[in-house]
Amino acid sequence: MEIRREKVGAPTDVRARQHRASEMLRGIDMSGADLDKYVEERVLTTTLEKALNWARSNALFPATFGLACCAIEMMSIVTARYDSARFGAEVFRASPRQADLLILSGRVSIKMAPVVRRIYDQMLEPKWVIAMGACSSSAGVFNNYALVQGADKFMPVDIHVPGCPPRPEALLHGIIKLQAKIKGDPTLGWRERYGAHGTEELGDGPESNGS
Amino acid sequence: MPDATGLELIAHDLREQVPGSVTGTQHHRGTATLVIDPEAVMQVLTWLRRTPNQDYHFLASVHGCDYLPHAPRFGVHYELLNMERVERLHVKALLEDPGEPELPEMDSVAALFPTANFQEREIYDMFGVVFRGHPDLRRILMPDEYEGFPQRRDFPMGGEPVLFTHNEHQTPRWYE
Repeated sequence: MEIRREKVGAPTDVRARQHRASEMLRGIDMSGADLDKYVEERVLTTTLEKALNWARSNALFPATFGLACCAIEMMSIVTARYDSARFGAEVFRASPRQADLLILSGRVSIKMAPVVRRIYDQMLEPKWVIAMGACSSSAGVFNNYALVQGADKFMPVDIHVPGCPPRPEALLHGIIKLQAKIKGDPTLGWRERYGAHGTEELGDGPESNGS
Repeated sequence: MPDATGLELIAHDLREQVPGSVTGTQHHRGTATLVIDPEAVMQVLTWLRRTPNQDYHFLASVHGCDYLPHAPRFGVHYELLNMERVERLHVKALLEDPGEPELPEMDSVAALFPTANFQEREIYDMFGVVFRGHPDLRRILMPDEYEGFPQRRDFPMGGEPVLFTHNEHQTPRWYE
């Protein structure tokens, strides 16, 4: 059997139709009230802060940092089955300087706490923290000498995800809640909750004097 | 495992070679245990390692123990293994508690078995047994500035009390 491909048209026809389509999209052949209605339907106005928060919340870069068994569940949120790329949180950065989100995936021992705190301090603001699982929220079953009893003793935590370990869906739910928080109420940030205004670390650049 | 007779033979030979070293033997559920004087630990382990027909070349494990209500409070256990005969021999040194702030002391065997280096550090970390002659005796798991020895039986359990509904009102500022 012979396979024949129908030609769509000559290259010039294609170009002409593309031009016509783009003109329609831009509303060039409209005028007066029609054009006003067209613009109203297609243009969205918002505040800069809302647009900024929308952009931030949909580009959360978590730090590549696993502490214990919860890290296995944290790794699986980027796999094809759970796919945190759907929510814009798939780029695990290998450096805290490039990350916005620290997922505390597991128990924090007393010896590990200064290291975690250092990684958190190295992240650039704005930054957020998810305490994943029972151990990093409250030490879970390990009420003993070796562990810090809850990671919010030494660093601010935005979202606590319960579970031992939480399923990847639960962690994704926590990420979505964090996105809603970033998008929604900026006064829910940790600086407000901990009264930490004025502790921002800024460089010596022109923007550092606050004016 | 040496059987009960073999264990008695080892104990007999050791008593001849190092007088006063073996204070008892136990053979319980297939495990042969030599109870030794902690001051003679280096001589006993050297003899068990170097003597032909003993040849316990492999120190599988060193661990500490706290038998608090009992009189020699601390135990340091050496798990020796002969890999040709697949025989394990358990050597147990019992140490008296000298009382606070003194720490119990015994000789290190890190010069004979290098693997004892880290394991003795762990026993020092968890039980506070000082090993004389150890090349680098400091904490291995807990932070360097940690106070106390957490695996001792008189060390307080738990990091902090768990908050339940029946005791939350006793905790100040629990609701914040």
